[in-house]
Amino acid sequence: MKAVRITRYLSAVGVTGISLGSGPVLADYALNMRTGATPTSAQVYDLHMTIFLICCAIGLLVFGAMIYSIIRHRKSRGAVAAQFHESTTAEIAWTVVPIVILVSMAVPATKTLLAMEDTSDSDMTIKVTGIQWKWKYDYLAEGISFISSLDPKDNEARQLDSGVNVAGIDHYLRNVDQPVVVPVGKKIRFLITANDVIHSWWVPDLGWKKDAIPGYINESWARIDKPGVYRGQCAELCGKDHGFMPIVVVAKNEADYATWVAQKQADAKAAMASADREWSKEELLKHGAEVYAANCAACHQASGKGIPGAFPALAGSPVATGPVKGHLDTVLNGRKGTAMAAYRDLLNDADLAAVITYERNSWGNDAGVVQPAAVKAAR
Amino acid sequence: MSTATATATHDEHHEHGPAKGLMRWITTTNHKDIGTLYLLTALVMFFIGGAMAMVIRAELFQPGLQLVEPEFFNSMTTVHALVMIFGAVMPAFTGLANWLIPMMIGAPDMALPRMNNWSFWILPFAFTLLLSTFFMQGGGPAAGWTIYPPLSLQMGDGFPFMIFSIHLMGISSIMGSINVIVTILNMRAPTMTLMKMPLFCWTWLITAYLLIATMPVLAGAVTMLLTDKFAGTSFFNAAGGGDPVMYQHIFWFFGHPEVYILILPAFGVVSSIVPTFARKPLFGYSSMVYATASIAFLSFIVWAHHMFTVGLPTVGELFFMYATMMIAVPTGVKVFNWVSTMWKGSMTFETPMLFAIGFIFMFTIGGFSGLMLAIAPADFQYHDTYFVVAHFHYVLVTGAVYSIMAATYYWLPKWTGHMYNEKLGKLHFWLSTISVNVLFFPQHFLGLAGMPRRIPDYSVQFADWNMISSIGGFVFGLSQLLFAYLVIKTIRGGEQATDRVWEGAHGLEWTLPSPPPYHSFTEAPVVK
Repeated sequence: MKAVRITRYLSAVGVTGISLGSGPVLADYALNMRTGATPTSAQVYDLHMTIFLICCAIGLLVFGAMIYSIIRHRKSRGAVAAQFHESTTAEIAWTVVPIVILVSMAVPATKTLLAMEDTSDSDMTIKVTGIQWKWKYDYLAEGISFISSLDPKDNEARQLDSGVNVAGIDHYLRNVDQPVVVPVGKKIRFLITANDVIHSWWVPDLGWKKDAIPGYINESWARIDKPGVYRGQCAELCGKDHGFMPIVVVAKNEADYATWVAQKQADAKAAMASADREWSKEELLKHGAEVYAANCAACHQASGKGIPGAFPALAGSPVATGPVKGHLDTVLNGRKGTAMAAYRDLLNDADLAAVITYERNSWGNDAGVVQPAAVKAAR
Repeated sequence: MSTATATATHDEHHEHGPAKGLMRWITTTNHKDIGTLYLLTALVMFFIGGAMAMVIRAELFQPGLQLVEPEFFNSMTTVHALVMIFGAVMPAFTGLANWLIPMMIGAPDMALPRMNNWSFWILPFAFTLLLSTFFMQGGGPAAGWTIYPPLSLQMGDGFPFMIFSIHLMGISSIMGSINVIVTILNMRAPTMTLMKMPLFCWTWLITAYLLIATMPVLAGAVTMLLTDKFAGTSFFNAAGGGDPVMYQHIFWFFGHPEVYILILPAFGVVSSIVPTFARKPLFGYSSMVYATASIAFLSFIVWAHHMFTVGLPTVGELFFMYATMMIAVPTGVKVFNWVSTMWKGSMTFETPMLFAIGFIFMFTIGGFSGLMLAIAPADFQYHDTYFVVAHFHYVLVTGAVYSIMAATYYWLPKWTGHMYNEKLGKLHFWLSTISVNVLFFPQHFLGLAGMPRRIPDYSVQFADWNMISSIGGFVFGLSQLLFAYLVIKTIRGGEQATDRVWEGAHGLEWTLPSPPPYHSFTEAPVVK
């Protein structure tokens, strides 16, 4: 009957192991890593499962021996203690056998690592910059550049006491205003860096994460096999909104990707052109409100009141109501020694003019309008 | 004032027991008193750190932000870890060292009793400084217990106080370690060779060397943070020619041996308890010594496995992966030796044994997830996720903390002369064990599913396991109140304990009365 008990236990473990090993599981109560969307992520998944199953096997042996001993070798059962207390043979055996097992793990691990580190012969390059608390993407060859922030709807819902039921938002906290669009089947090289503190760029379905370190550039690569939407988020503590910096990668087939690239390039041209004309106050305020919400409100708050002791108020502030020159300088170049970043490379002239105008005309401020041309001149 | 009078007064040698009242505890140089101070302080800090964990689990109970602002949440995760590591586990092990090492080796006290007093009394100041930062502009530290720059340099007014607090903790540990080494090497009973002394003393001897080697490195790292912030240096600022990653190298050169500092004494405790309740000698004593020494040596060459994603050169990643995997060998040797100690013993399962066996089971689970983490390409998916959180809580809570609880139940009758209530002890064990697994096992799943660490809010697909984990957390937290109650009750009274207390107990401390006299082994005992 002992044999039957043991067999049943083993088959239960086996079933669990197999169900863990199978592909997509329920989104909720998910038990395991996914195989992902790239050859790399599949290799990593296989490696993960191999090590895991070896650990399970060793665990079964060790815990099995312990449980057997706990049941059989107890005083209440009349067991009399043996007195053996050493065995050189045993010590050698359970030193050598684990070494052999470890070497057998190290071989596939080394192979996988070497493959992942090889960024040569890529088809395109995207520079990723981590910023408190958003990502900036630059497609170096295509001349596309944009910031990707947490979607405004999610951002509103995640505020303390927002009153919003977050379960009603699809992919809550993993939606962005502008996703990273990439073509399938191409080797994409990622150059990863940061502007301020250490962040980490992680999309689980690509199979890796890489730290974004200010002043240094890390390299990685991915080739996505199937079109789809792949979501991730920042994976290195970077301050108060570390949990609110998602990443959305949209992989499209070649034709759709080409369309997207063309559209983005046209948008960029239009934005450049829009800086050459005069904007009306209404236009500036409307656009400025959007830019403010996406870039400034995290610290300076929607109310313009900031957080005392941490982020200064803009309502009634000397900068936002004083000379335009000072306001431009602060926004373009940031404030050294504080969390105020330099926005000269993050926003274009029209965006900057709009947000500065918005700040100078909200919350009781009434300090005039700033045109994109003025921003261009101040650079 | 004449010599004759001085001699006469000296001959009236009075029996001095401890001083009375508060001054006893402030001025004591007695290893038993200082051990008690460390242990009770650790218990208080355990609840303070535990309260912060309850805030964390309460916020994570559901998706969305319900209770605290993100920055405060970050300070909870940061200070929870600092308090648990430096305020609970390390002082508790130092308390055990103080109480037990002199008694185990037949010495009258620690080698440097006055330095011993200072080693303890630095700690309340250190933690007052650390916790006071919550009341300063900018709040408490919120960059993680690892305080990586540049983020940690964005901290508010509390920053220098946090640095100073860490310096104080380090000084306390270094002084305590000097005391342990000098005591063990010089004050063993004449016939007790090193290879005859209890394994607990070996593990603390090795731990003390680790502490002396690494605490100064931490001190260096945090001092560099201080000068980067206030003195215009650029150690960790690329614009000034420095490198944020250099901090991580320096920190983890301390940090990795630190985690072995947190576990080696635990190995010593378990190696004391299992033989007693199996009524069988520890299997493979000399292998256990060599394994402990191997683990300590290896702990110095694996630090960058905490940094696999920073962009190390490939050869570096490979080296650190192989070295880290190697630690599984001596660790496995220890587990096999414990199981062999149990094997063909005559076991009973009083509370200390329950905690010791629980340690062996669950520390091993933590060891398996550690081995998975060692595999660098797989670690790219695990790093900075709840998979890591699950790993280290298994080795630290069901590992280190369980060993401290096992030690408390095991030696409390010796220290106080009273038996604790065995039924309540077992209840504490079972409540804790069931709830701790409900708390931490699902965190493996969360990490694998893609949930990062140190976030106050999360995507809805993580909600179910988070809710379950939080429920486990609340039950585990409440269960520890039972432990505090038991400890205090037993100190105050209970069934009188015998000298030997446990039928299978061996060692010099069990030859003393329960409780032992204020000064024990004033004459060196003979060890066979």
